[in-house]
Amino acid sequence: MTNVPTTTKKDWSTDQEVRWCPGCGDYSILTAVQMMMPDLGVTRENTVFVSGIGCAARFPYYMNTYGMHSIHGRSPAIATGLATARPDLDIWVVGGDGDMLSIGGNHLIHALRRNVNIKILMFNNMIYGLTKGQYSPTSEVGKITKSSPFGSVDAPFNPISLALGAGASFVARTHDMDRKHMTKVLRQAHEHDGSVFVEILQNCNVFNDGAWDKITKRANRDANLIDLSHGDPIQFGADNEFGVVVENAEAKVVNVADVGVDALLVHDEHREEPGLAFLLSRLSNRPVSPTPVGVFRSVNQPEYSAGVARQLVDAQAQNGPGDLAAMLRSAGTWTVD
Amino acid sequence: MTDTAPRELPLQELSEVVIRFAGDSGDGMQLTGERFTSVSAVFGNDLSTLPEFPAEIRAPQGTLAGVSAFQVRISDFAISTPGDAPTVLVCMNPAALKAQLHHLAQGGAVIVNSDAFTERNLDKAGYKSNPLDDGSLVGYRLYPVPMAELTKTATAELGVKPRDAERSKNFFALGLISWMYSRPTEPTLQWVKDKFAGRELIVASNIAAFNAGYNFGETAEVFEAHYEIKPAQLPSGEYTNVNGNTALAWGCVAAGQLANLPVFLGSYPITPATDILHEMSKHKNFGVRTLQAEDEIAACGAALGAAYGGALAFTTTSGPGVALKGETIGLAISLELPMVIIDVQRGGPSTGLPTKPEAADLLMAMFGRHSESPMPIVAPQSPADCFDAAIEASRIALKYRTPVMLLSDGYLANSSEPWLLPDVATLPDISVDFATEYNGTNEDGEGIFLPYLRDPETLARPWAVPGTPNLMHRVGGIEKEDRTGNISYDPANHEKMIDLRAAKVAGVANDIPALVVHGDPDAELLVLGWGSTWGAIDAAINRATDNGYSVAYAHLRHLNPFPKNTGEVLANFRKVLIPEMNSGQLALLVRAKFLIDAKSLSKINGVPFTSGEILDAITDELGQK
Repeated sequence: MTNVPTTTKKDWSTDQEVRWCPGCGDYSILTAVQMMMPDLGVTRENTVFVSGIGCAARFPYYMNTYGMHSIHGRSPAIATGLATARPDLDIWVVGGDGDMLSIGGNHLIHALRRNVNIKILMFNNMIYGLTKGQYSPTSEVGKITKSSPFGSVDAPFNPISLALGAGASFVARTHDMDRKHMTKVLRQAHEHDGSVFVEILQNCNVFNDGAWDKITKRANRDANLIDLSHGDPIQFGADNEFGVVVENAEAKVVNVADVGVDALLVHDEHREEPGLAFLLSRLSNRPVSPTPVGVFRSVNQPEYSAGVARQLVDAQAQNGPGDLAAMLRSAGTWTVD
Repeated sequence: MTDTAPRELPLQELSEVVIRFAGDSGDGMQLTGERFTSVSAVFGNDLSTLPEFPAEIRAPQGTLAGVSAFQVRISDFAISTPGDAPTVLVCMNPAALKAQLHHLAQGGAVIVNSDAFTERNLDKAGYKSNPLDDGSLVGYRLYPVPMAELTKTATAELGVKPRDAERSKNFFALGLISWMYSRPTEPTLQWVKDKFAGRELIVASNIAAFNAGYNFGETAEVFEAHYEIKPAQLPSGEYTNVNGNTALAWGCVAAGQLANLPVFLGSYPITPATDILHEMSKHKNFGVRTLQAEDEIAACGAALGAAYGGALAFTTTSGPGVALKGETIGLAISLELPMVIIDVQRGGPSTGLPTKPEAADLLMAMFGRHSESPMPIVAPQSPADCFDAAIEASRIALKYRTPVMLLSDGYLANSSEPWLLPDVATLPDISVDFATEYNGTNEDGEGIFLPYLRDPETLARPWAVPGTPNLMHRVGGIEKEDRTGNISYDPANHEKMIDLRAAKVAGVANDIPALVVHGDPDAELLVLGWGSTWGAIDAAINRATDNGYSVAYAHLRHLNPFPKNTGEVLANFRKVLIPEMNSGQLALLVRAKFLIDAKSLSKINGVPFTSGEILDAITDELGQK
């Protein structure tokens, strides 16, 4: 991090015309990221954005860094290879709910369990946008779309539960309506050593407009957004009148007046055991009731690319640097005169 | 030691022998064959091996499905195949005899573990009566040896339980055959001590069984003679015995050194390619990073990611894996990044014959991606040649910034041959430069980076890796504008980029050796081969020439693009015969590209060509003499 030049948002933006629909939630996420980058103490040349396919996946074209717009679902795998080969880089992976949870679901969970140093931002709009409006793996049961005219019968994923289940060492949620919150979460994500999964609730104003309104609209936030804060009792509401407790192995919303502040669950994002974070992720399965945002889990676990690099160093210390002539003779030789 | 005076058995000199060891998959036949091979290599014979094993790790004991075999040919002259038919068949049980007898040359020797010929085992193998005494083996020289009992006796005094002694009977067989062919014993005894170090009872048991087998040959009045095969007159130098998978792995490691780049392998276990992953995983002190991915797609994706980061990237697999990697290979073609895809071909379609070789992925390598996605294809011709082929594939990938397909197969993967080790100082320098500077200017005269500005000679684009100041750029699968690499949907630009990518791959032809014709350049018939058929074709050509035929031979190492003179060579012959372990894929390409009436000799039964089969096809073409 020596001699990182001072930059501005403009330095991190490309000259490419941004081609999302007017009013798309992706714009505010792009702005938040472009505004945050100059403060992270990193250089543009050491930063890489990798994406798959979908609206969100156009993201790298707009970042004046290194970038790869790859193929559908494979960005976590491609980024894993890049991070393993180049532990010196800052690698961000951007995709939507279809890219990450459907076609790329396998790569996502394996990247998370490996804890390789990539920061995965999943824009969740609960719809397929680029293919013009089919139900996604996060769409609700009964969702009427072009491919489900009688309502979807698929049960959706809870992305936070999935990431926690995969053993992700950093799991967080934020939303496109609050740049300050987004920036706070993404900064913390950037500082984390290991795989990061951030679900960003994002509005698709063309194919699923208002899908998050009940929790992210300014007027509804007090009642329905629970901002997790490490070390504090989990409370929300205009006057912090609601809180979260664990009862019968479930997280539940209660009136603080009924139970007292001391009965509330104190949020511990560094808790090794992911069980409590998982309970919080189940608090609301649909965005119509109080939903936690912020950091669910942030724990220290061995980072993958460092582990791989250490084995190389150990092998050299033990066997000396590679010697081709010796390798070719390692199975025994004989000489013909 | 026995107190019987050694009999003076005649020692006969042979020029070559082909031995096939066969038994249950749990009987250790691969190990027995490999030990015999290794000792023969050190002794100085030329040799070639053909392992054959079932897909199951342990198929039901004693059944035909569970038979595992290892054929080895040793000689006092240079050879290129493991031999058409063994002259000695060692069988550890009735199933092995039943499954393998058809391979044996007429009049050949059958050495059997007679203890295993029980009613139950005969029944499992489908024998109605015991072939050892029902006369059905007339025409062969039969040597029944109670290997299990003799092994038990030999190991009993060590305190080895009879059931455990059974496990050493393959060493009895190895001892017996070592005596029969006058092999040195010391290397095998040392190997046993090293391999089972710390398990002294096993060491003692295996050594006792080996010695018992050796002494049995010498003292029991069963055999008429024993034999010796003198060392072959091979070019002088230092040799090792290597199989194709090991040679490929070493070639990949070497390519990294020759390119001065860190090696990255993304792989997912699949027969028969997995041993390359095993071998490369050992060489971390060369800076080799190996990632066992969650699936074939991720293995290829991770390799591509590493290539983007500036590594020399490989992914290793077999046919079904290539099918899964196809989309990522298409991306690599579009991104114009270097990587090598190694396909160790096996029988298909689908799971097919996982442990049997086939060479039927050529058209998939050529065309198995959507749209126009050409990529260079390289194929090794022998186990040791896999080393050079890996370096050549890497050279092309790096120089032309393209994925390259390397087509090996299950036969090359597992068979071995002596390899005259190269002087590593003479291996080619395949290093390339990363881009570090602007390569263009904008309308204001300021320096800019054009990621798709091409080298005029190779048409390769610059390789600017992350971490390089000022050269930040975005690449992607969407069609790119020529020079700038920006997204472009312009019709004319798309056609131009399609043409440029094709021209770049076609241009590799300027950079590879011409196709060489061996044999008689004025012959009527040219035999054109590729891949592992080289050995059988070479042997067939020699036999045809010995029989007075005039025939020419050429072997393609580069299958896309073909060497520049290929059309010219083919036009010189009235007839072209193409033997392939597929239904005629190279023949199809040659007919389409060169408009000649090439004839296909197809074999697709999971067993490599014998030289006899190719010789028969040659004589069919040229008429009996």
